[in-house]
Amino acid sequence: MTYTQIGILFVVTVVVLDLFVLRTRLVTRKGFWVAYAIVLFFQFVTNGLLTSLHVFTYADTAIIGNQPADDGPPPFFGQGRIFFQPFEDVLMGFSLCLLAMALWVFWGRRGVQRTPMSGPPIWRRSGRVPTAPTGTDSASPGRTGDSESTT
Amino acid sequence: MERLTYLGVLAFIFFGSAWLEIALRTRVFRRWKRLLLALSVPVVVFVIWDIWAIATGHWAIDPDRTLGVQLFGLLPIEELIFFLVVPLASILSLEAVRSVKGWPLGDEAPK
Repeated sequence: MTYTQIGILFVVTVVVLDLFVLRTRLVTRKGFWVAYAIVLFFQFVTNGLLTSLHVFTYADTAIIGNQPADDGPPPFFGQGRIFFQPFEDVLMGFSLCLLAMALWVFWGRRGVQRTPMSGPPIWRRSGRVPTAPTGTDSASPGRTGDSESTT
Repeated sequence: MERLTYLGVLAFIFFGSAWLEIALRTRVFRRWKRLLLALSVPVVVFVIWDIWAIATGHWAIDPDRTLGVQLFGLLPIEELIFFLVVPLASILSLEAVRSVKGWPLGDEAPK
């Protein structure tokens, strides 16, 4: 199998895991897609740098595009490349990150360190209400007695 | 210095996401048992894929831009670190978005 085929297989497998095996259904959550967009941006930057420097090189027979024969960087865009990297790397990155995030949520659902929940950002004063619907601040500043000790 | 190229990028990914633990109170490192459980499966699966792909010749990693420490005689140690640091960064991003936006992810405590 080529890198292209394995990449597609991994994406399909991990999405099936997320939806039907772990039942985390992250691909239906807005929060997942926003987080993945951030990750993808940094993948384009970091992996683009590494592929343009030839830290990673790929066999012509494994990917849609082909590896340039000379020392110059691969195409910035086109010939199967996105920001220097083969688009297959996006398939690998997506399946890697979705698998990790789905397992993180899976273990939380199973009750493994479900708490302390994340948030709020340090610029918001207090009130650990992770799913506060609206408003930038909670109405209970200075609340004490949480099981955790903030530093 | 050239040998630190790949490791340097990994350090950027790590520190570029780890600050979220403090600034956005993601509490991912604090929940380290859950983190280790989440990271353990992807690192094994993707390292196996990586070793197989290098052995098959799907891709290669420049020995001049890595430390030169290789696991099983062919896998640069940076690749192992990659498959720990990148899933970690993705989990930090997920919790960072939740910290700011408050959108549920399905693991909230049942009412």
